[in-house]
Amino acid sequence: MSSVAEARAAPSRARPDPERARERTLLLLAAPALLVLGVLFVWPLLRLLSMSVADGTLAQFEKAALDSLYIAVLWDSMEIALFVTAICLVLAYPVSLWLVQAGRLGFILGMFFLLLPFWTSVLVRTYAWMVLLGRSGVINRMLRDWGLIEAPLPLLHNLTGVLIGMVHVLLPYMVFPIYAALLRIDPDLKRAAEGLGAPAWRVFLRVTLPLSLPGVFAGCALVFVISLGFFITPALLGGGRVIMIAMLIEQQVREFLDWPFAAALATVLLAATLVIYAALGRLTGGQAHAAR
Amino acid sequence: MPRARRRRTGGRIALTVFTGVVFAFLMLPLLVVFPISVSSAPYLQFPPPGFSWQWYQRYLDDPTWIESTIRSFKVAFLCTALSMALGVPLSFALVRSRLRGMRIADRLVAAPIIVPTIIISIAVYSLFAQLRLIGEWYGIAIAHTILALPFVVILVSAGLRTFDEAQEHAAMGLGASWPVAVWRITLPQLRPSLVSAAFLAFVTSFDELVIAMFLSGASMTLPKKMFDNILLEIDPTIAAVSVLQILLACLCLGLATIFGRGALPSSVTR
Repeated sequence: MSSVAEARAAPSRARPDPERARERTLLLLAAPALLVLGVLFVWPLLRLLSMSVADGTLAQFEKAALDSLYIAVLWDSMEIALFVTAICLVLAYPVSLWLVQAGRLGFILGMFFLLLPFWTSVLVRTYAWMVLLGRSGVINRMLRDWGLIEAPLPLLHNLTGVLIGMVHVLLPYMVFPIYAALLRIDPDLKRAAEGLGAPAWRVFLRVTLPLSLPGVFAGCALVFVISLGFFITPALLGGGRVIMIAMLIEQQVREFLDWPFAAALATVLLAATLVIYAALGRLTGGQAHAAR
Repeated sequence: MPRARRRRTGGRIALTVFTGVVFAFLMLPLLVVFPISVSSAPYLQFPPPGFSWQWYQRYLDDPTWIESTIRSFKVAFLCTALSMALGVPLSFALVRSRLRGMRIADRLVAAPIIVPTIIISIAVYSLFAQLRLIGEWYGIAIAHTILALPFVVILVSAGLRTFDEAQEHAAMGLGASWPVAVWRITLPQLRPSLVSAAFLAFVTSFDELVIAMFLSGASMTLPKKMFDNILLEIDPTIAAVSVLQILLACLCLGLATIFGRGALPSSVTR
Protein backbone atom coordinates (compact mmCIF):
# COMPACT_ATOMS: atom_id res chain seq x y z
CA MET A 1 0.00 0.00 0.00
CA SER A 2 2.63 2.45 1.05
CA SER A 3 4.68 1.83 -2.10
CA VAL A 4 1.72 2.74 -4.28
CA ALA A 5 1.19 5.90 -2.29
CA GLU A 6 4.87 6.68 -2.68
CA ALA A 7 4.75 6.08 -6.39
CA ARG A 8 1.80 8.44 -6.68
CA ALA A 9 3.43 11.09 -4.55
CA ALA A 10 6.85 10.74 -6.17
CA PRO A 11 6.20 12.65 -9.39
CA SER A 12 5.15 15.80 -7.60
CA ARG A 13 8.15 15.69 -5.32
CA ALA A 14 11.03 14.49 -7.53
CA ARG A 15 9.81 16.00 -10.80
CA PRO A 16 8.18 19.31 -10.19
CA ASP A 17 7.45 19.77 -13.89
CA PRO A 18 6.33 16.49 -15.52
CA GLU A 19 5.91 18.23 -18.88
CA ARG A 20 9.59 19.15 -18.99
CA ALA A 21 10.71 15.71 -17.85
CA ARG A 22 8.58 14.22 -20.60
CA GLU A 23 10.07 16.47 -23.26
CA ARG A 24 13.54 15.58 -21.99
CA THR A 25 12.82 11.85 -22.37
CA LEU A 26 11.45 12.35 -25.87
CA LEU A 27 14.48 14.40 -26.85
CA LEU A 28 16.69 11.60 -25.55
CA LEU A 29 14.78 9.12 -27.72
CA ALA A 30 15.21 11.28 -30.81
CA ALA A 31 18.90 12.00 -30.16
CA PRO A 32 20.54 8.84 -31.60
CA ALA A 33 18.61 9.02 -34.88
CA LEU A 34 19.16 12.76 -35.25
CA LEU A 35 22.85 12.29 -34.50
CA VAL A 36 23.16 9.62 -37.20
CA LEU A 37 21.24 11.80 -39.68
CA GLY A 38 23.51 14.70 -38.86
CA VAL A 39 26.73 12.71 -39.28
CA LEU A 40 25.70 10.61 -42.30
CA PHE A 41 23.34 12.92 -44.16
CA VAL A 42 23.59 16.60 -43.28
CA TRP A 43 27.35 16.75 -42.71
CA PRO A 44 28.38 14.84 -45.89
CA LEU A 45 25.88 16.89 -47.90
CA LEU A 46 27.24 20.21 -46.64
CA ARG A 47 30.80 18.96 -47.22
CA LEU A 48 29.91 18.05 -50.79
CA LEU A 49 28.20 21.37 -51.49
CA SER A 50 31.16 23.29 -50.07
CA MET A 51 33.52 21.49 -52.48
CA SER A 52 31.91 23.44 -55.33
CA VAL A 53 33.28 26.70 -53.94
CA ALA A 54 36.45 25.26 -52.37
CA ASP A 55 38.69 27.58 -54.40
CA GLY A 56 36.79 30.60 -53.13
CA THR A 57 35.24 31.43 -56.50
CA LEU A 58 32.13 30.50 -58.41
CA ALA A 59 34.26 29.18 -61.28
CA GLN A 60 32.65 25.73 -61.21
CA PHE A 61 29.18 27.20 -61.57
CA GLU A 62 30.41 29.45 -64.38
CA LYS A 63 31.77 26.39 -66.14
CA ALA A 64 28.37 24.71 -65.86
CA ALA A 65 26.47 27.80 -66.95
CA LEU A 66 28.70 28.62 -69.94
CA ASP A 67 28.92 25.15 -71.42
CA SER A 68 25.86 24.56 -73.57
CA LEU A 69 26.16 20.80 -72.96
CA TYR A 70 25.40 21.09 -69.25
CA ILE A 71 22.57 23.55 -69.81
CA ALA A 72 21.11 21.20 -72.40
CA VAL A 73 21.30 18.23 -70.03
CA LEU A 74 19.69 20.18 -67.22
CA TRP A 75 16.95 21.31 -69.58
CA ASP A 76 16.42 17.77 -70.91
CA SER A 77 16.18 16.46 -67.35
CA MET A 78 13.47 19.01 -66.54
CA GLU A 79 11.64 18.12 -69.75
CA ILE A 80 11.80 14.38 -69.05
CA ALA A 81 10.61 14.94 -65.47
CA LEU A 82 7.72 17.02 -66.81
CA PHE A 83 6.75 14.34 -69.37
CA VAL A 84 6.92 11.62 -66.73
CA THR A 85 4.78 13.69 -64.34
CA ALA A 86 2.17 14.40 -67.04
CA ILE A 87 1.95 10.77 -68.18
CA CYS A 88 1.76 9.51 -64.57
CA LEU A 89 -1.04 11.98 -63.83
CA VAL A 90 -3.07 10.93 -66.88
CA LEU A 91 -2.69 7.25 -65.96
CA ALA A 92 -3.02 7.61 -62.19
CA TYR A 93 -6.14 9.76 -61.91
CA PRO A 94 -8.59 7.30 -63.50
CA VAL A 95 -6.95 4.43 -61.62
CA SER A 96 -7.41 6.30 -58.32
CA LEU A 97 -11.05 7.03 -59.20
CA TRP A 98 -11.58 3.35 -59.93
CA LEU A 99 -9.88 2.32 -56.66
CA VAL A 100 -12.15 4.58 -54.61
CA GLN A 101 -15.28 3.10 -56.20
CA ALA A 102 -14.03 -0.49 -56.28
CA GLY A 103 -15.48 -3.18 -54.06
CA ARG A 104 -13.38 -5.00 -51.49
CA LEU A 105 -12.00 -7.60 -53.90
CA GLY A 106 -11.22 -4.99 -56.55
CA PHE A 107 -9.45 -2.84 -53.98
CA ILE A 108 -7.28 -5.72 -52.76
CA LEU A 109 -6.39 -6.71 -56.34
CA GLY A 110 -5.67 -3.09 -57.26
CA MET A 111 -3.41 -2.61 -54.24
CA PHE A 112 -1.58 -5.82 -55.12
CA PHE A 113 -0.97 -4.61 -58.71
CA LEU A 114 0.30 -1.26 -57.39
CA LEU A 115 2.34 -2.47 -54.42
CA LEU A 116 4.09 -5.47 -55.96
CA PRO A 117 5.92 -3.34 -58.56
CA PHE A 118 6.52 -0.73 -55.82
CA TRP A 119 8.24 -3.38 -53.68
CA THR A 120 10.19 -4.88 -56.60
CA SER A 121 13.69 -3.62 -57.33
CA VAL A 122 13.93 -0.78 -59.86
CA LEU A 123 16.84 -2.62 -61.44
CA VAL A 124 14.79 -5.79 -62.00
CA ARG A 125 12.01 -3.79 -63.59
CA THR A 126 14.43 -1.84 -65.79
CA TYR A 127 16.04 -5.07 -66.96
CA ALA A 128 12.60 -6.47 -67.77
CA TRP A 129 11.84 -3.40 -69.90
CA MET A 130 15.11 -3.94 -71.79
CA VAL A 131 13.95 -7.48 -72.53
CA LEU A 132 10.53 -6.21 -73.63
CA LEU A 133 11.51 -3.15 -75.66
CA GLY A 134 14.72 -4.17 -77.46
CA ARG A 135 15.04 -4.39 -81.27
CA SER A 136 14.58 -8.14 -81.09
CA GLY A 137 12.73 -7.84 -77.79
CA VAL A 138 9.45 -9.43 -76.82
CA ILE A 139 7.19 -6.64 -78.07
CA ASN A 140 8.90 -6.18 -81.45
CA ARG A 141 9.08 -9.95 -81.96
CA MET A 142 5.39 -10.41 -81.30
CA LEU A 143 4.30 -7.45 -83.43
CA ARG A 144 6.39 -8.81 -86.31
CA ASP A 145 5.09 -12.37 -85.89
CA TRP A 146 1.54 -11.04 -86.05
CA GLY A 147 2.44 -9.10 -89.21
CA LEU A 148 1.63 -5.74 -87.69
CA ILE A 149 5.01 -4.17 -88.43
CA GLU A 150 7.75 -4.68 -91.03
CA ALA A 151 10.76 -3.25 -89.26
CA PRO A 152 11.27 -3.25 -85.47
CA LEU A 153 9.98 -0.14 -83.68
CA PRO A 154 12.66 1.93 -81.95
CA LEU A 155 11.51 1.53 -78.34
CA LEU A 156 14.79 1.11 -76.46
CA HIS A 157 17.86 3.35 -76.19
CA ASN A 158 15.79 6.48 -76.77
CA LEU A 159 13.41 8.82 -74.99
CA THR A 160 10.45 6.45 -75.44
CA GLY A 161 12.19 3.69 -73.51
CA VAL A 162 13.29 6.03 -70.72
CA LEU A 163 9.76 7.44 -70.35
CA ILE A 164 8.17 3.98 -70.24
CA GLY A 165 10.62 2.78 -67.61
CA MET A 166 10.36 5.89 -65.44
CA VAL A 167 6.56 6.03 -65.58
CA HIS A 168 6.48 2.41 -64.48
CA VAL A 169 8.62 3.19 -61.43
CA LEU A 170 6.85 6.41 -60.44
CA LEU A 171 3.19 5.62 -61.13
CA PRO A 172 2.46 4.37 -57.56
CA TYR A 173 3.88 7.63 -56.16
CA MET A 174 1.18 9.46 -58.13
CA VAL A 175 -1.69 7.06 -57.41
CA PHE A 176 -1.35 6.98 -53.61
CA PRO A 177 -1.75 10.72 -52.84
CA ILE A 178 -4.56 11.15 -55.40
CA TYR A 179 -6.33 8.10 -54.02
CA ALA A 180 -5.92 9.43 -50.47
CA ALA A 181 -7.36 12.82 -51.51
CA LEU A 182 -10.33 11.20 -53.28
CA LEU A 183 -10.99 9.06 -50.22
CA ARG A 184 -11.20 12.16 -48.00
CA ILE A 185 -14.02 13.69 -50.08
CA ASP A 186 -17.32 13.52 -48.20
CA PRO A 187 -19.63 11.29 -50.33
CA ASP A 188 -22.61 13.40 -49.17
CA LEU A 189 -21.28 16.29 -51.28
CA LYS A 190 -21.56 14.19 -54.42
CA ARG A 191 -24.99 12.91 -53.42
CA ALA A 192 -26.16 16.46 -52.78
CA ALA A 193 -24.98 17.56 -56.23
CA GLU A 194 -26.68 14.57 -57.83
CA GLY A 195 -29.85 15.23 -55.86
CA LEU A 196 -29.87 18.78 -57.19
CA GLY A 197 -29.90 17.35 -60.69
CA ALA A 198 -26.27 17.65 -61.75
CA PRO A 199 -25.24 15.10 -64.38
CA ALA A 200 -22.31 12.83 -63.52
CA TRP A 201 -19.76 14.80 -65.56
CA ARG A 202 -20.70 18.02 -63.81
CA VAL A 203 -20.51 16.39 -60.38
CA PHE A 204 -17.01 15.30 -61.33
CA LEU A 205 -15.90 18.69 -62.67
CA ARG A 206 -17.43 20.80 -59.90
CA VAL A 207 -17.08 18.58 -56.83
CA THR A 208 -14.70 15.64 -57.18
CA LEU A 209 -11.96 17.24 -59.27
CA PRO A 210 -11.50 20.46 -57.27
CA LEU A 211 -11.51 18.60 -53.96
CA SER A 212 -8.91 16.13 -55.19
CA LEU A 213 -6.48 18.83 -56.36
CA PRO A 214 -4.34 18.77 -53.18
CA GLY A 215 -3.63 15.10 -53.85
CA VAL A 216 -2.89 15.86 -57.50
CA PHE A 217 -0.37 18.55 -56.56
CA ALA A 218 1.22 16.36 -53.89
CA GLY A 219 1.61 13.51 -56.40
CA CYS A 220 2.98 15.82 -59.10
CA ALA A 221 5.51 17.35 -56.69
CA LEU A 222 6.74 13.94 -55.59
CA VAL A 223 6.93 12.43 -59.09
CA PHE A 224 8.57 15.48 -60.69
CA VAL A 225 11.19 15.82 -58.00
CA ILE A 226 12.06 12.11 -57.90
CA SER A 227 12.24 11.93 -61.72
CA LEU A 228 14.58 14.90 -61.84
CA GLY A 229 17.30 13.00 -59.97
CA PHE A 230 16.76 9.63 -61.68
CA PHE A 231 19.81 7.61 -62.54
CA ILE A 232 19.44 3.85 -63.08
CA THR A 233 16.51 3.84 -65.52
CA PRO A 234 17.79 6.51 -67.95
CA ALA A 235 21.30 5.06 -67.76
CA LEU A 236 20.11 1.61 -68.87
CA LEU A 237 17.10 2.39 -71.09
CA GLY A 238 18.55 5.54 -72.67
CA GLY A 239 21.51 3.67 -74.14
CA GLY A 240 23.74 6.74 -73.85
CA ARG A 241 21.42 8.79 -76.05
CA VAL A 242 19.35 10.20 -73.20
CA ILE A 243 21.49 11.95 -70.60
CA MET A 244 20.06 13.18 -67.32
CA ILE A 245 21.84 15.35 -64.81
CA ALA A 246 22.34 12.53 -62.29
CA MET A 247 24.28 10.57 -64.94
CA LEU A 248 26.46 13.62 -65.54
CA ILE A 249 27.26 13.89 -61.83
CA GLU A 250 28.15 10.20 -61.66
CA GLN A 251 30.41 10.58 -64.69
CA GLN A 252 32.24 13.57 -63.20
CA VAL A 253 32.98 11.63 -60.02
CA ARG A 254 33.84 8.22 -61.44
CA GLU A 255 35.47 8.98 -64.77
CA PHE A 256 36.96 12.45 -64.43
CA LEU A 257 37.38 12.54 -60.63
CA ASP A 258 36.36 16.19 -60.93
CA TRP A 259 34.87 16.62 -57.46
CA PRO A 260 34.48 20.41 -57.50
CA PHE A 261 32.53 20.30 -60.74
CA ALA A 262 30.45 17.29 -59.64
CA ALA A 263 29.70 19.22 -56.44
CA ALA A 264 28.58 22.26 -58.44
CA LEU A 265 26.24 20.12 -60.56
CA ALA A 266 24.93 18.44 -57.40
CA THR A 267 24.27 21.85 -55.86
CA VAL A 268 22.29 22.93 -58.93
CA LEU A 269 20.26 19.68 -58.90
CA LEU A 270 19.60 19.89 -55.16
CA ALA A 271 18.55 23.55 -55.37
CA ALA A 272 16.20 22.81 -58.29
CA THR A 273 14.74 19.86 -56.40
CA LEU A 274 14.10 21.75 -53.18
CA VAL A 275 12.73 24.89 -54.87
CA ILE A 276 10.32 22.96 -57.08
CA TYR A 277 9.18 20.75 -54.23
CA ALA A 278 8.60 23.72 -51.93
CA ALA A 279 6.73 25.62 -54.66
CA LEU A 280 4.45 22.70 -55.47
CA GLY A 281 4.06 21.90 -51.78
CA ARG A 282 2.72 25.41 -51.28
CA LEU A 283 -0.05 24.68 -53.80
CA THR A 284 -1.22 21.73 -51.73
CA GLY A 285 -1.56 24.02 -48.73
CA GLY A 286 0.43 21.67 -46.55
CA GLN A 287 -1.87 18.79 -47.47
CA ALA A 288 1.03 16.73 -48.70
CA HIS A 289 2.40 16.60 -45.21
CA ALA A 290 -0.94 16.36 -43.49
CA ALA A 291 -1.82 13.36 -45.64
CA ARG A 292 -0.02 11.04 -43.27
CA MET B 1 -33.53 7.83 -66.52
CA PRO B 2 -32.42 4.68 -68.37
CA ARG B 3 -30.28 6.85 -70.63
CA ALA B 4 -28.52 8.46 -67.72
CA ARG B 5 -27.94 5.13 -66.10
CA ARG B 6 -26.56 3.66 -69.30
CA ARG B 7 -24.20 6.57 -69.68
CA ARG B 8 -23.04 6.11 -66.13
CA THR B 9 -22.41 2.38 -66.54
CA GLY B 10 -20.72 3.18 -69.86
CA GLY B 11 -18.39 5.52 -68.00
CA ARG B 12 -17.76 2.89 -65.36
CA ILE B 13 -16.88 0.27 -67.94
CA ALA B 14 -14.49 2.69 -69.68
CA LEU B 15 -12.89 3.44 -66.30
CA THR B 16 -12.54 -0.26 -65.50
CA VAL B 17 -11.02 -1.05 -68.91
CA PHE B 18 -8.56 1.85 -68.59
CA THR B 19 -7.58 0.73 -65.08
CA GLY B 20 -7.15 -2.84 -66.33
CA VAL B 21 -4.78 -1.64 -69.05
CA VAL B 22 -2.73 0.34 -66.51
CA PHE B 23 -2.54 -2.68 -64.19
CA ALA B 24 -1.43 -4.83 -67.14
CA PHE B 25 1.28 -2.25 -67.87
CA LEU B 26 2.40 -2.45 -64.23
CA MET B 27 2.52 -6.25 -64.16
CA LEU B 28 3.93 -6.84 -67.67
CA PRO B 29 7.63 -6.44 -66.83
CA LEU B 30 7.30 -8.56 -63.69
CA LEU B 31 5.65 -11.39 -65.63
CA VAL B 32 7.87 -11.38 -68.69
CA VAL B 33 11.00 -12.48 -66.84
CA PHE B 34 9.37 -15.74 -65.69
CA PRO B 35 9.24 -17.48 -69.11
CA ILE B 36 12.66 -16.12 -70.07
CA SER B 37 14.26 -17.43 -66.87
CA VAL B 38 13.29 -21.02 -67.73
CA SER B 39 14.26 -20.81 -71.41
CA SER B 40 16.34 -23.58 -72.94
CA ALA B 41 17.81 -21.20 -75.54
CA PRO B 42 21.48 -20.26 -75.10
CA TYR B 43 20.62 -16.56 -75.45
CA LEU B 44 17.64 -14.28 -74.99
CA GLN B 45 14.79 -15.60 -77.10
CA PHE B 46 11.04 -15.12 -76.94
CA PRO B 47 8.92 -17.17 -76.86
CA PRO B 48 11.36 -19.64 -75.29
CA PRO B 49 11.90 -22.74 -77.47
CA GLY B 50 11.81 -25.11 -74.50
CA PHE B 51 11.95 -25.49 -70.75
CA SER B 52 15.14 -25.67 -68.73
CA TRP B 53 16.46 -24.80 -65.29
CA GLN B 54 19.91 -24.00 -66.74
CA TRP B 55 19.92 -20.31 -65.79
CA TYR B 56 19.03 -21.05 -62.17
CA GLN B 57 21.74 -23.72 -62.21
CA ARG B 58 24.20 -21.21 -63.55
CA TYR B 59 23.25 -18.72 -60.82
CA LEU B 60 23.68 -21.34 -58.10
CA ASP B 61 26.98 -22.61 -59.53
CA ASP B 62 28.59 -19.18 -59.80
CA PRO B 63 30.25 -18.25 -56.48
CA THR B 64 30.29 -14.53 -57.35
CA TRP B 65 26.48 -14.51 -57.67
CA ILE B 66 26.08 -16.39 -54.39
CA GLU B 67 28.60 -14.22 -52.55
CA SER B 68 26.90 -11.03 -53.68
CA THR B 69 23.50 -12.46 -52.67
CA ILE B 70 24.75 -13.32 -49.18
CA ARG B 71 26.36 -9.88 -48.89
CA SER B 72 23.08 -8.21 -49.86
CA PHE B 73 21.21 -10.19 -47.21
CA LYS B 74 23.77 -9.20 -44.57
CA VAL B 75 23.56 -5.55 -45.58
CA ALA B 76 19.75 -5.58 -45.60
CA PHE B 77 19.48 -7.29 -42.19
CA LEU B 78 21.89 -4.84 -40.54
CA CYS B 79 20.16 -1.90 -42.22
CA THR B 80 16.77 -3.12 -40.98
CA ALA B 81 18.06 -3.50 -37.43
CA LEU B 82 19.71 -0.07 -37.47
CA SER B 83 16.78 1.78 -39.00
CA MET B 84 14.32 0.16 -36.57
CA ALA B 85 16.54 0.84 -33.55
CA LEU B 86 16.86 4.48 -34.56
CA GLY B 87 13.50 5.02 -36.21
CA VAL B 88 11.10 3.67 -33.60
CA PRO B 89 12.32 5.86 -30.70
CA LEU B 90 12.49 8.81 -33.09
CA SER B 91 8.85 8.25 -34.07
CA PHE B 92 7.80 8.48 -30.42
CA ALA B 93 9.58 11.83 -30.15
CA LEU B 94 8.19 13.16 -33.43
CA VAL B 95 4.59 12.23 -32.62
CA ARG B 96 4.51 13.20 -28.95
CA SER B 97 6.92 16.07 -28.44
CA ARG B 98 5.61 19.60 -28.56
CA LEU B 99 9.03 21.14 -29.05
CA ARG B 100 9.13 23.35 -32.12
CA GLY B 101 12.43 21.82 -33.21
CA MET B 102 10.69 18.50 -33.76
CA ARG B 103 8.89 19.87 -36.82
CA ILE B 104 12.26 20.61 -38.38
CA ALA B 105 13.43 17.13 -37.39
CA ASP B 106 10.32 15.73 -39.08
CA ARG B 107 11.25 17.42 -42.37
CA LEU B 108 14.88 16.36 -42.00
CA VAL B 109 13.99 12.68 -41.61
CA ALA B 110 11.79 12.77 -44.74
CA ALA B 111 14.41 14.63 -46.79
CA PRO B 112 16.22 11.51 -48.13
CA ILE B 113 13.05 10.64 -50.10
CA ILE B 114 13.30 13.94 -51.96
CA VAL B 115 17.06 14.51 -52.16
CA PRO B 116 18.35 12.64 -55.26
CA THR B 117 20.08 9.38 -54.31
CA ILE B 118 23.03 10.21 -56.54
CA ILE B 119 23.77 13.27 -54.36
CA ILE B 120 23.51 11.28 -51.12
CA SER B 121 25.70 8.61 -52.70
CA ILE B 122 28.62 10.79 -53.71
CA ALA B 123 28.40 12.79 -50.47
CA VAL B 124 28.65 9.63 -48.36
CA TYR B 125 31.24 8.19 -50.79
CA SER B 126 33.62 11.08 -50.25
CA LEU B 127 33.22 10.81 -46.47
CA PHE B 128 33.59 7.01 -46.38
CA ALA B 129 36.61 7.14 -48.69
CA GLN B 130 38.39 9.19 -46.04
CA LEU B 131 37.27 6.83 -43.28
CA ARG B 132 38.41 3.85 -45.40
CA LEU B 133 34.95 2.29 -45.30
CA ILE B 134 34.73 1.61 -49.05
CA GLY B 135 34.26 -2.11 -49.73
CA GLU B 136 33.03 -2.87 -46.21
CA TRP B 137 29.57 -4.42 -46.20
CA TYR B 138 28.56 -2.70 -42.97
CA GLY B 139 29.45 0.67 -44.50
CA ILE B 140 26.79 0.08 -47.14
CA ALA B 141 24.29 -0.96 -44.45
CA ILE B 142 24.97 2.21 -42.47
CA ALA B 143 24.50 4.37 -45.57
CA HIS B 144 21.30 2.52 -46.52
CA THR B 145 19.92 3.34 -43.08
CA ILE B 146 19.58 6.97 -44.22
CA LEU B 147 17.29 5.83 -47.06
CA ALA B 148 15.27 3.36 -44.97
CA LEU B 149 14.77 5.63 -41.96
CA PRO B 150 12.04 7.83 -43.55
CA PHE B 151 9.93 4.78 -44.40
CA VAL B 152 10.26 3.40 -40.86
CA VAL B 153 9.41 6.76 -39.28
CA ILE B 154 6.42 7.35 -41.60
CA LEU B 155 4.89 3.92 -40.96
CA VAL B 156 5.57 3.82 -37.22
CA SER B 157 4.41 7.42 -36.68
CA ALA B 158 1.18 6.65 -38.54
CA GLY B 159 0.59 3.71 -36.20
CA LEU B 160 1.51 5.71 -33.13
CA ARG B 161 -0.88 8.51 -34.03
CA THR B 162 -3.84 6.15 -33.84
CA PHE B 163 -2.71 4.77 -30.46
CA ASP B 164 -4.43 6.16 -27.37
CA GLU B 165 -1.73 7.30 -24.96
CA ALA B 166 -4.19 7.02 -22.05
CA GLN B 167 -3.47 3.28 -22.03
CA GLU B 168 0.15 4.00 -21.15
CA HIS B 169 -0.93 6.36 -18.37
CA ALA B 170 -3.26 3.70 -17.02
CA ALA B 171 -0.39 1.19 -16.89
CA MET B 172 1.84 3.73 -15.18
CA GLY B 173 -0.94 4.60 -12.74
CA LEU B 174 -0.94 0.93 -11.80
CA GLY B 175 2.75 1.13 -10.98
CA ALA B 176 4.54 0.26 -14.24
CA SER B 177 7.52 2.37 -15.20
CA TRP B 178 7.27 4.15 -18.55
CA PRO B 179 9.64 1.80 -20.44
CA VAL B 180 7.69 -1.20 -19.13
CA ALA B 181 4.39 0.40 -20.15
CA VAL B 182 5.73 1.04 -23.67
CA TRP B 183 7.17 -2.47 -23.94
CA ARG B 184 4.09 -4.29 -22.62
CA ILE B 185 1.26 -2.03 -23.81
CA THR B 186 2.29 0.24 -26.67
CA LEU B 187 4.70 -1.79 -28.78
CA PRO B 188 2.48 -4.92 -28.99
CA GLN B 189 -0.33 -2.75 -30.35
CA LEU B 190 2.06 -1.10 -32.79
CA ARG B 191 3.21 -4.50 -34.07
CA PRO B 192 1.49 -4.23 -37.48
CA SER B 193 3.24 -0.93 -38.19
CA LEU B 194 6.54 -2.25 -36.88
CA VAL B 195 6.35 -5.36 -39.08
CA SER B 196 5.57 -3.35 -42.21
CA ALA B 197 8.31 -0.86 -41.41
CA ALA B 198 10.88 -3.61 -40.94
CA PHE B 199 9.99 -5.31 -44.23
CA LEU B 200 10.01 -2.04 -46.15
CA ALA B 201 13.41 -1.16 -44.66
CA PHE B 202 14.70 -4.61 -45.63
CA VAL B 203 13.47 -4.35 -49.22
CA THR B 204 14.74 -0.78 -49.57
CA SER B 205 18.24 -1.86 -48.62
CA PHE B 206 18.24 -5.18 -50.48
CA ASP B 207 17.30 -3.53 -53.79
CA GLU B 208 19.37 -0.37 -53.50
CA LEU B 209 21.89 0.15 -56.29
CA VAL B 210 23.23 3.70 -56.50
CA ILE B 211 24.78 3.93 -53.01
CA ALA B 212 26.07 0.35 -53.33
CA MET B 213 27.67 1.26 -56.67
CA PHE B 214 29.88 3.82 -54.97
CA LEU B 215 30.50 2.12 -51.64
CA SER B 216 30.86 -1.56 -52.48
CA GLY B 217 34.21 -1.40 -54.29
CA ALA B 218 35.23 -4.93 -55.33
CA SER B 219 32.87 -6.68 -52.90
CA MET B 220 29.61 -6.29 -54.77
CA THR B 221 26.04 -6.46 -53.56
CA LEU B 222 23.48 -8.33 -55.66
CA PRO B 223 22.08 -5.23 -57.43
CA LYS B 224 25.63 -4.05 -58.27
CA LYS B 225 26.54 -7.47 -59.66
CA MET B 226 23.30 -7.43 -61.69
CA PHE B 227 23.96 -3.94 -63.00
CA ASP B 228 27.45 -4.89 -64.18
CA ASN B 229 26.10 -8.01 -65.90
CA ILE B 230 23.34 -6.05 -67.63
CA LEU B 231 25.93 -3.61 -68.99
CA LEU B 232 28.01 -6.51 -70.33
CA GLU B 233 25.26 -8.63 -71.88
CA ILE B 234 21.59 -9.35 -71.36
CA ASP B 235 21.96 -13.02 -70.51
CA PRO B 236 19.06 -15.01 -69.08
CA THR B 237 20.91 -15.62 -65.78
CA ILE B 238 19.77 -12.08 -64.91
CA ALA B 239 16.19 -13.16 -65.65
CA ALA B 240 16.57 -16.02 -63.17
CA VAL B 241 17.98 -13.64 -60.53
CA SER B 242 15.14 -11.22 -61.30
CA VAL B 243 12.53 -13.93 -60.75
CA LEU B 244 14.11 -14.75 -57.38
CA GLN B 245 14.03 -11.07 -56.43
CA ILE B 246 10.39 -10.70 -57.49
CA LEU B 247 9.50 -13.76 -55.40
CA LEU B 248 11.36 -12.22 -52.45
CA ALA B 249 9.39 -8.98 -52.93
CA CYS B 250 6.17 -11.04 -53.05
CA LEU B 251 7.16 -12.80 -49.85
CA CYS B 252 7.99 -9.56 -48.02
CA LEU B 253 4.84 -7.84 -49.25
CA GLY B 254 2.73 -10.88 -48.33
CA LEU B 255 4.21 -11.16 -44.83
CA ALA B 256 3.86 -7.42 -44.31
CA THR B 257 0.21 -7.62 -45.36
CA ILE B 258 -0.63 -10.63 -43.18
CA PHE B 259 1.32 -9.69 -40.05
CA GLY B 260 1.56 -5.95 -40.62
CA ARG B 261 -0.65 -3.29 -42.06
CA GLY B 262 0.76 -3.57 -45.57
CA ALA B 263 2.49 -0.53 -46.91
CA LEU B 264 -0.47 1.74 -46.43
CA PRO B 265 -0.75 4.07 -49.40
CA SER B 266 -1.31 7.35 -47.59
CA SER B 267 1.50 6.56 -45.21
CA VAL B 268 4.05 5.67 -47.86
CA THR B 269 3.70 8.96 -49.64
CA ARG B 270 3.02 11.31 -46.77
